[in-house]
Amino acid sequence: MASMTLRVNGEAIDVELDPAKPLLWVLREELGLTGTKYGCGVAACGACTIHLDGRAVRSCILPADAAEGAEITTIEAVSGGAAGVAGQLAQQAWIEMQVPQCGYCQSGMIMAVAALLGENPNPSDDEIDAAVTNICRCGTYPRIRKAVHAVARHMETAS
Amino acid sequence: MRRRTFLLGAVATAGGVMIGYRSWSGSFERAARSQVEGPGEHLLAGWIKIGADDIVTVQVPHIDMGQGVHTALAMMAAEELDADWSKVRTERAPGEKTFANRFLARGWIMQNRAVPAFADGITDMVFTEAARFIDLQITGGSTAVRFTGRAGMRIVGAAARGMLVEAAARRWNVPGVRLAARDGVVTDPATGRSARFGELAEEAAQLSVPANPRLKEPREWRIVGTSPTRFDIPAKTDGSFAYGIDLALPGMVHAAIRVAPVHGERLLRVDTGPAEAMTGVERVLPLDHGVAVVAKSWWQANEAMLALEPEFSTEGQMVLSQADLEQRQDQALGSEGSSAHAQGDADAALETASAERIVEAVYRVPYLHHAAMEPINATAQFADGVLTLWAGEQDALGAKALLVELSGLGADNVIVRGLPAGGSFGRRIAPSADYLRRLVPIALAMSPRPVKLILSREEEFTHGAYRPALATRVRAALGENGLPTAWSQRFLAAPTRNEAFVLPYAIENQSLRSIDFATHVHTGTWRAVAHTQHAFWTESFVDELAHAADRDPFVYRRDMLPEGSRQRRVLETAAERASWGTPLPAGTGRGIALHECYGTWVAEVIEASLGEDGGPRVHRVVAAVDCGGLVHPDTALQQVEGGIIMGLSAALREKITLEDGRIVQTNFHDYDVFKLEDTPKIEVHFLESDAPWGGLGEPALPPVAPALANALFAATGRRIRRLPIADALAETA
Ligand code: FES
Ligand code: FES
Repeated sequence: MASMTLRVNGEAIDVELDPAKPLLWVLREELGLTGTKYGCGVAACGACTIHLDGRAVRSCILPADAAEGAEITTIEAVSGGAAGVAGQLAQQAWIEMQVPQCGYCQSGMIMAVAALLGENPNPSDDEIDAAVTNICRCGTYPRIRKAVHAVARHMETAS
Repeated sequence: MRRRTFLLGAVATAGGVMIGYRSWSGSFERAARSQVEGPGEHLLAGWIKIGADDIVTVQVPHIDMGQGVHTALAMMAAEELDADWSKVRTERAPGEKTFANRFLARGWIMQNRAVPAFADGITDMVFTEAARFIDLQITGGSTAVRFTGRAGMRIVGAAARGMLVEAAARRWNVPGVRLAARDGVVTDPATGRSARFGELAEEAAQLSVPANPRLKEPREWRIVGTSPTRFDIPAKTDGSFAYGIDLALPGMVHAAIRVAPVHGERLLRVDTGPAEAMTGVERVLPLDHGVAVVAKSWWQANEAMLALEPEFSTEGQMVLSQADLEQRQDQALGSEGSSAHAQGDADAALETASAERIVEAVYRVPYLHHAAMEPINATAQFADGVLTLWAGEQDALGAKALLVELSGLGADNVIVRGLPAGGSFGRRIAPSADYLRRLVPIALAMSPRPVKLILSREEEFTHGAYRPALATRVRAALGENGLPTAWSQRFLAAPTRNEAFVLPYAIENQSLRSIDFATHVHTGTWRAVAHTQHAFWTESFVDELAHAADRDPFVYRRDMLPEGSRQRRVLETAAERASWGTPLPAGTGRGIALHECYGTWVAEVIEASLGEDGGPRVHRVVAAVDCGGLVHPDTALQQVEGGIIMGLSAALREKITLEDGRIVQTNFHDYDVFKLEDTPKIEVHFLESDAPWGGLGEPALPPVAPALANALFAATGRRIRRLPIADALAETA
């Protein structure tokens, strides 16, 4: 057990935990942020994707102590703050294009997409393929691709 | 339609009337009362509640697994009710027998024929397979819209509308026929008076239910056939949508399990010490077939589980390896089995045909895993003599029956609360729900605290309810014109309902024989069930026949289909939209396949080639779908897209294999499912017809494997007779 301070969604939170506990389970079990999902536990599916200082990271293999000092953002706050534009637009596009089916993968998808668009506001199809390697078993991929392009168009007109 | 099965009835209660089905009145009354929440709310016609605030709540007897069922069913009820769509909400009906989905049962058992008299008493049939479906609130078999919606929701909506209009007629003392209802308001065009549904609900509840409510004609529809935003979507974009795995209950503890890696084997011994010494661990429980660790958090439970080294028996009749499996399949194919379908005399026709007119092949399919993104989980609590389950079970009543059996409690002391599932695809259906068998003893041991069991992804992969690995041997004789005159097939089948072997083509002599086949590997229902293998077998072999006859595979099929039929229209549409017959780049081929599944006809044309690395590439999928009508066209499209992608993924790469009797694949790194980069262009064309509405969640999947295998044959000349295709190509390379 160790005590540490995590910065989650803009708030500093003191926690007392096993420093090896993956951030995924810290978020879900200690902080009640259940929007971040457990899918595989081995960084193979992307369901647990969060932002660590704005970059998309798979939290299921990230020990809590490795996240100390970094700005952690989860799906619950992806639309907030200055960096939240891409997240917010993605959420809107997801609703407009009716992307989710079961929805279980979609937190991770939106986190991956928001991070991509934060870095590259107008990605090509190949760049989308390379950045969004999350699994959606329901097969919402065609809509995800369309929604990413729609957000890119929005971001262009907004800027 | 026999009116008796849909008879609506009314029961007087304090302050109003509850409406349900007369044949269920006793238990309906109790369940209905418990569902009416406040004095301003009235339960109309079993599945609709109208509040004084105008909010219309439709109770849906299916869980949300992502197919948009709640929205589609509410649309069907709201359409007939003439509700204001912005005031419509849905609620999951409780897993009580009273809400058992009678309409669904009708459809399942009788394939759209009338329910026979013997099925009218829902309680005394528990011993037949049909009865299992009677007691069913199942979300599967593409049933929701077909049966619940078409038969149930619309009638209930129409009945409720009739009562609201009648209430207004009495209030204003005018004949009901001159009143109109629209957008949640009843108006009298003659006087301009109007009243909102919420204002009329209480008076409406005093009236008797119309015995024979008029349903709208399709041309009168204003909600059905549009694509409003699904109710569930906003919460699925901000992390707030709660699945079973997210459930939090006061005092809850968390369980991880490890079950014998060879299915069916038993726990011999386990030293519980190493886990018990770990932080957060509350209990280590040896189970019949495995061991459970209960801890304060699931991560702790799972970490502690990894510290254990349980020993398991190895006594059963296990299939050791893939080679062993194939040997057993071949052996089984040598037996007679039982006749699934026979017409003419296929064997005699084959005997008299000359050898060069005979085509013969053996096909195989592997075990497949559902791999839904939400790992299997369920929460149970045994307190005050009552066992409660919270889970995303597709068949809430089946789950309840299983819990009754496992706990030894009476049905009144078992409660099942349905929760949304992060995908299921046929996985979460009792009796495939072996995880419930593990959970019940844990919950009893931890009583009165609630226990949430989550299977680690590794545990879930190795203890699935797989699509069975099966094989078929099929022979056909070609006539003078190249079309088959005889088709003789033996196929292995798991002991589930199977209607998938039916040949869509006019072939004079047919003999189809089904041979039961099972191994120690736990199997279940996988999206589209037996259709997945039968479509691959039938449509690949028909393609072989077309090539043997030197005919175009599309024309060959078309010539065996009745002119003007739905199936022929679907096949022709897919071919036309895919520009069948036009040139493609060198090395690329087109394949076609046709299949009927749950009342829906789907034809698909796929373009594919081999990439530089020798691996298959899919470039384009064109699908033509005739499912009768569409409730929510956008959701329908999504279901077809999803079915095609899952079909491509399975056909190309997915397989569960065995080594020393254990499942080899343990996670997504060695069970390679489709990702964004793999997804080709998909074009879907819906054809409307006046046929009874068919399913949509499943029918697009079965034609994918044969269309793709046929495309690769066209591209390479290599015939694929086993799945996954990547393996078949590697073998013949
Ligand atoms: S749960 Fe982290 S990548 Fe799958
Ligand atoms: S929407 Fe179900 S897994 Fe992606």
